[in-house]
Amino acid sequence: MRASKWIFVLACFAALAVFGQVGSRFGVDLATKIMVLAVFALSLELLVGMTGLVCFGQAAFFGIGAYATVLLAPPDGPASILVLLPLCMLLAGAYALVVGALSLRTQGVYFIMVTLAFAQMAYYVVHDTPLGGGTDGIYLMVKPSLGRWLDLDNAQTLYRFTLACLIGCFGFLALLGRSKFGRALAGIRVNEQRMRATGFSTYPYKLAAFVISGALAGLAGFLFAVKDGFVNPEMMSWHMSGEVLIMIILGGLGHLRGALIGAFAFVLLQEFFKSEAVFGEFAKHWHLGLGLAIIASVAVLPRGLVGIPGQIAERLRGARAGSLRTAPGRGGHGAG
Amino acid sequence: MQLTWTHLARQSGALALCAMGASLALAQTPAKLKVGLMLPYTGTFASLGTAIENGFRQHVNELGGKIAGREVEYFKVDDESEPAKATDNVNKLIKRDQVDVLIGTVHSGVAMAMAKAAKESGTLLIVPNAGADAVTGAMCAPNIFRSSFSNWQPGYAMGEVMAKKGIKKVVTITWKYAAGDESVKGFKESFEKGGGTVLKELSLPFPNVEFQGLLTEIAATKPDAVFTFFAGGAAVKFVKDYAAAGLKTSIPLYGSGFITDGNLEAQGAAADGIITALHYADSLDTKRDNAFRLAYAKTFKMQPDVYAVQGYDAAQMLAIGLNATKGDATKAAEISAALGKATIDSPRGPFTISPSHNPVQDFYIRQSGAKENKKIGIASAKLADPGRGCKM
Amino acid sequence: MTLTTFLIQCLNALQYGLLLFLVASGLTLIFGIMGVINLAHGSFYMIGAYMAYALAPWVATVLGGGFFTTLAVGVVLAVLMGYVLEWAFFSFLYTREHLQQVLMTYGLILVFEELRSLLVGDEVHGVQPPDFLTGSIALGDMMSYPVYRLFISGVCLALALAMYFVFAKTRLGMMIRAGSTNREMVQSLGIDIKFLYRVVFAAGMAIAVLAGMVAAPVSSVYPGMGSLVLIICFVVVVIGGIGSIRGALLASLLIGVVDTFGKVLVPQASGVLVYVLMAVILVYKPDGLFKAG
Repeated sequence: MRASKWIFVLACFAALAVFGQVGSRFGVDLATKIMVLAVFALSLELLVGMTGLVCFGQAAFFGIGAYATVLLAPPDGPASILVLLPLCMLLAGAYALVVGALSLRTQGVYFIMVTLAFAQMAYYVVHDTPLGGGTDGIYLMVKPSLGRWLDLDNAQTLYRFTLACLIGCFGFLALLGRSKFGRALAGIRVNEQRMRATGFSTYPYKLAAFVISGALAGLAGFLFAVKDGFVNPEMMSWHMSGEVLIMIILGGLGHLRGALIGAFAFVLLQEFFKSEAVFGEFAKHWHLGLGLAIIASVAVLPRGLVGIPGQIAERLRGARAGSLRTAPGRGGHGAG
Repeated sequence: MQLTWTHLARQSGALALCAMGASLALAQTPAKLKVGLMLPYTGTFASLGTAIENGFRQHVNELGGKIAGREVEYFKVDDESEPAKATDNVNKLIKRDQVDVLIGTVHSGVAMAMAKAAKESGTLLIVPNAGADAVTGAMCAPNIFRSSFSNWQPGYAMGEVMAKKGIKKVVTITWKYAAGDESVKGFKESFEKGGGTVLKELSLPFPNVEFQGLLTEIAATKPDAVFTFFAGGAAVKFVKDYAAAGLKTSIPLYGSGFITDGNLEAQGAAADGIITALHYADSLDTKRDNAFRLAYAKTFKMQPDVYAVQGYDAAQMLAIGLNATKGDATKAAEISAALGKATIDSPRGPFTISPSHNPVQDFYIRQSGAKENKKIGIASAKLADPGRGCKM
Repeated sequence: MTLTTFLIQCLNALQYGLLLFLVASGLTLIFGIMGVINLAHGSFYMIGAYMAYALAPWVATVLGGGFFTTLAVGVVLAVLMGYVLEWAFFSFLYTREHLQQVLMTYGLILVFEELRSLLVGDEVHGVQPPDFLTGSIALGDMMSYPVYRLFISGVCLALALAMYFVFAKTRLGMMIRAGSTNREMVQSLGIDIKFLYRVVFAAGMAIAVLAGMVAAPVSSVYPGMGSLVLIICFVVVVIGGIGSIRGALLASLLIGVVDTFGKVLVPQASGVLVYVLMAVILVYKPDGLFKAG
């Protein structure tokens, strides 16, 4: 990544750190939620943006992480983060292993639908069987902690812990992208047949990406359950899988910061259209504003929000080039 | 002018009078009462959310826009009937808008999240619909009240009615979700106590509406009657499918009032003669209800339903509680005590509040026909939800 | 289960499957033939149902017609709407990736739902079928089968045959099939591919709207009805094989059987059976049951 992009990302994290100190109670709460969704979005970005596997069942891993948090936590005292968190990620990753092993036999749209099918299966187990506590959801009575210093019941502590997880996740995926493993994934994304033609076995790489992605989504689920103190089967519904996919597309695929920006943009756009301060009585119909904004973004921003600086630069270049102008960047943007 | 003592005295007297007047005026304008409405304004339950808000506003307007001397200021959040977003939405009201009172909601999963948030923050919460037993059961708290019903109640009332009628064999059918399960459980409890047997408990996944296979199953089982619980669009479809399958004439259909409430126009002739139990009916013909219905129709240009009444009564309960504490919404114990002693003069008929904060009310037997749910008797008088699991 | 009951359940399964096919066939067209992922398909279905409700009084007073006139008016409106929608929103999407289509049609769902809320409101409504179709046929001593459901099944079959005929036997069908395999080639052969796609999209929307209108008396009209139907439609198309009408028909019938018998025999798991079916089929036949065509 170019230096300017690194600076942008670091600036975001710094701003978030500062906001944690100065923000209002509600603001901190909202920012915590967005950060959790950003971790969720990053987990999907690994699959969609880095490997080219469009998964429509990410909410299952998210939900498993969340439900594991609630079901494995003791009812009367706080669970230890050191034990509960890795366990949740492990369980989510395990389900991802199963789903991946079976789904990766399919391609394209079929792959999308098979991942959906497995997510629906997880949803129905939690929704219809006593295992998940039923359709009204279950409560997390006591929030986990780590000794005296990390009590996640405290909003500030939870904020910092979530921010730390987000930074850790981002950093991990950035390093992963640079590693040999990451290069292999990129190759699979660009042209899998070519990779296989060179003798490269792509299946283990795709499966590994799937499991890592599932575990990270489980982490997001853990954070979400701790934040809300309440889990519900709807966390695993296809609407949830759809929303996180929308977030990363909106932000811009192929870039980690796209997932970050997408999560922020999606939630903040909703807040904007819902606010009565701006729209008064019409705020009731906020879906309309959000829908139009999304349509506009597809029409005007083919590379997502992350592509805005690039598009502006191209416009300026195009204006300067004058009569020698060729067709603007459409189609010139990289593969996939 | 002359600086005489009398002049000085008059000046300072005037000043003193002004100061007293000013402080009296300041004391006279207490802080506004912030009411947070968290209801579904979009999605399947949107019309219910609107009805509840209308009912609530009607009573507040009757009180001149003020409760316990405090002017009411509304804050609204659309809960979209989405439990996954519920905690964030309710925290918007609690932490951002810092409301004194929370009113909501329709969907039980969302209400569960609201109850937890309200319990943790101590904010006063009045639930104007969601019937999840846990809200006045395991999650009960001194600051959580309900102005509607618990899922158990209408089912229990109907069970008593059907047992008394001499019906012996019943098949139940509902969605496989908490509200359906709790409703059927309530029904089974009273029906089996009255000597009846439930042959089969049929269910289909929520929100699936393909009933044909199960209707065939009902016909094959040949019960004396069928008890059902569905709401909204599914209730319309079920009643129409039931009639179209020819079962209406051979196996009488009974149910919790929600299958016909608000749905009669859409159901048409298919709904004629269905007997339901609910805490409200269309033709109670009491002075209180008639006045309420007239005013509601005039203001909102539509007929009120049970949801509007529940919203109206939430406002009544709020007023009673806050009048006892002179407008202080944080004194949950006193509000609790006041409501425990009160009889709420509701359009549905007078009701009281149980120790677990659920309405203790009459359930009416209604028969649907000619576009209204006509009350034909009382299913269960002063029925109280047992509040299982509530430790207050 | 007695033999009579079993046969009646088979009839139920068949009828549900055919109804599913009616709704999903529009999606097969747009998704299968044009390669556009249209999440707003459920919204088209909802628009159809609400049109059946909202247009009926207008048609009765202004045109003096009944149910079938309403259907005709609805289809005409749908074709026009489809044409305009494709021109305004979809035409620039063919060269974009699938995910951009997902994003845009997701935005469209939100817009349609809200427009519906603004124009018609949020209440639940019923639609009356025409009088001569309201009866029931007695099946045994307890049950009777509504004639209207048989009518729906008839419409579905007629539509299936019509679609098959157009695609397999006409020049238009040939052009459409060619366009779906190689857009540029078709263009260089002098066929106006843009116009062709617009026609197909309009047809796909019209079929979805027709499905909504025809199903309205049976399913009733309420907010959120679109999203329920959307996922099942995608499942049908995927199991059947993208682009295959035969496949969509077979898949719909399969799902009809699994859903109906599942509810009766295995009620605890009935919600998930359809997805298990899809997963099993895709594991053995990763491209669905049939190839395109």
